[in-house]
Amino acid sequence: MVLKIFFPKCCNTADSGLLVGRWIPGQDSAVVLAVIHYPFIPGQVKKYLTQMRSQTKVDLTVLGSWSMPKDGQEGMDSFLKDLSTIFPHSRWLQLSRESGKRAFTCRVVQENGKPAAKKDGDDNDDDDDKDKIIFVHYDQRKVMLSQLHPVQEQKGSEEESTELRTMFQTVAQSEPLFFHDMYDEGALKLTHWQSEGREASIIVELVKQASVPVCIVLTWLLSVLGASRSTCLTKFNKEPIKSFISSKLSTCVQTGYRTDHFQTVFSTRKATTHMEFMRKANIFVSFLVDIALGLLLISWLYRENRISQLANTLVPAADHVAKELQELLEWLMGAPAGLKMNRALDQVLGRFFLYHIHLWISYIRLMSPFIEMILWYVGLTACLGLTFALSVLSDIVALLTFHIYCFYVYGARLYYLKIYGLSSLWRLFRGKKWNVLRQRVDSCSYDLDQLFIGTLLFTILLFLLPTTALYYLVFTLLRLVVVMFQGLIHLSVDFINSFPLFAMGLRLCRPYRVAEGVKFQVLSEEPGTPLHLRMEINPLKFSSVLQCYRTPTYSCYPKDSWVALCKKLFIGELVYPWRQKSTKTD
Amino acid sequence: MAEEGPFTDISGKPISLECQNYTPFCREFTVSSPKVSLLKVMGYTCSVWLLAYAVFFLTENTTVLSSAIMVTLVGMILHIHFVKVDQETLLIIGSLGIQLSSLYASGRESTTFIEMSKIKDIVINEAIYMQSIIYYLCILIKDPSEPDGVASVVPLFQSSKPRLNCLVRVYKSCQEIIAQSR
Repeated sequence: MVLKIFFPKCCNTADSGLLVGRWIPGQDSAVVLAVIHYPFIPGQVKKYLTQMRSQTKVDLTVLGSWSMPKDGQEGMDSFLKDLSTIFPHSRWLQLSRESGKRAFTCRVVQENGKPAAKKDGDDNDDDDDKDKIIFVHYDQRKVMLSQLHPVQEQKGSEEESTELRTMFQTVAQSEPLFFHDMYDEGALKLTHWQSEGREASIIVELVKQASVPVCIVLTWLLSVLGASRSTCLTKFNKEPIKSFISSKLSTCVQTGYRTDHFQTVFSTRKATTHMEFMRKANIFVSFLVDIALGLLLISWLYRENRISQLANTLVPAADHVAKELQELLEWLMGAPAGLKMNRALDQVLGRFFLYHIHLWISYIRLMSPFIEMILWYVGLTACLGLTFALSVLSDIVALLTFHIYCFYVYGARLYYLKIYGLSSLWRLFRGKKWNVLRQRVDSCSYDLDQLFIGTLLFTILLFLLPTTALYYLVFTLLRLVVVMFQGLIHLSVDFINSFPLFAMGLRLCRPYRVAEGVKFQVLSEEPGTPLHLRMEINPLKFSSVLQCYRTPTYSCYPKDSWVALCKKLFIGELVYPWRQKSTKTD
Repeated sequence: MAEEGPFTDISGKPISLECQNYTPFCREFTVSSPKVSLLKVMGYTCSVWLLAYAVFFLTENTTVLSSAIMVTLVGMILHIHFVKVDQETLLIIGSLGIQLSSLYASGRESTTFIEMSKIKDIVINEAIYMQSIIYYLCILIKDPSEPDGVASVVPLFQSSKPRLNCLVRVYKSCQEIIAQSR
């Protein structure tokens, strides 16, 4: 069997000493974590290892000895061989490296003292054994910090994890072992990745220390706000209306969503698993970017009196829309596109809708002095974030085009009734009836006068169909235009909400932290030495980062497929393209 | 060890195979695709620019010409970065795993490593490709729930598509190593 030894790059030039690490259970491999240098007392080494084992929950042992002889240390080899009797082992590794050569040499000694492999190959058997050792050089700090994807949260089933995953977990869990190194004053001197020297940032440490009290304060604030909100609501006792309005207005939905986020991010409990930590970080960063964009928007909007410009163009724009609608209705009341409409019905419907528009215009004219003030205060809400500003815009658009929505509902209801009546009377025409109990069409014998009146009504409805259908078509198209505009705004809000900025930033700046797998490279070998490989971390692809770390949102995707939507439009049923997942129909 | 005999891909263009034997249980195979022919590049560029000139002649708008140049440049950059594969490498390390990597013409390298515990076998399979039947080498991945089942198939050398003689050489070498690690 091939023996694999994972050796950290930082220990390549370490002084002679003992190898500390772990044998991976079930596989023929060992992970070297650190080198303990001379001089040491074996008793202290054993005590330290027991202490580390209980702290890290990793079964650390002494794997063997490492010798890199410097000048004046020739007697080391025999000393090293004697060490194997002091520490309990099933296999003892004797690695050595000569200064000037790049490759290691390895000897494996079994428990009964018989060597399993020799350095020089005289026989064929020894040749095979010598070749069956692989050294895999890994970067200890990167492997310690990285997370293999797909993330497996359950820690129980270690037998089912693959060799690489176990190796990554071992290095990550052995973090307490890396607290002491050879430059510390202590009984033992170790070499691991800390010995290479690492710069730290004071600002990062200060932020970490300050984050806990800040989180406590913010959680307390949130709980106070929540309590005050619930007391206000119980006073007014308008629960059904409130839930209806809050489900319709996207601003309220966005507020609720962000409050949930706050509770997640600022909770004082530390994130235990990787996914929890990434979610917290993503939400926090996207919230910060949101606020920054919102403040940018405010600074642009409130400069050079743009609010009053906006207000001044708003009322004429609403007027213009209303005038266009009036012209449209006049056109429908005439002979639109050369079609001949039923004069009476045409006039009735046209006048009905014209009166509505007249009401709407008077309402807008009434509101026009207050528009600037309202816009000014509403614009300030953008400091809560760009998503907020976009939701408010979507709600304003919904309110301003309320008349189009009303027209659509009237036209759709009328058309639906007509289609319903027509289908029922058509069945009567053929002598059939809809059986509500059995949900099917049955034959039925009608009286003569029933047939007569039915046929009459059928003819009337049929000849009035083109008029109603045309009105329905026009108003549905207008409504769809408005819905599409609102849909665009919702899509961009959704995008800002769910895009994992922290994970993307991590993938760009520290790609070893989100690992998809590993890459091996064969290091140029010298003949007669075991195989040396360099293991590097293969980072996750950007599309996988997006898929894995997307924050789940209250997705407002259309709940009907295209076919179902067309069918509904044809029959005249009311269409609600954007329905949130959590709300129920009233 | 270097190449052996003239190898071709399925459309008849010459490719080269390099085998390197690091140790008895670690081998590397590199298949190099044929380079982009200059005639094709010139033909594509000329056709795009002739079309742009024709449109310019009709509309007298110079932005058509500059946009044609931009389109050609961007298209070529995208092609060498995402589409054109120079070399495909298979590194097999006994009892560790198999690593597949593709080197694109712009220098980008994309690597995948499959651990030995997940690999069931390496086989040569047949496939129907347009109007012909071709052979391709693939790795069978074990199904964790079913001991004898195959969860997925990973095809090798997809861009260079070598013919059977090349595949057989690689297959024989890999089978020796896989048999050892069982």
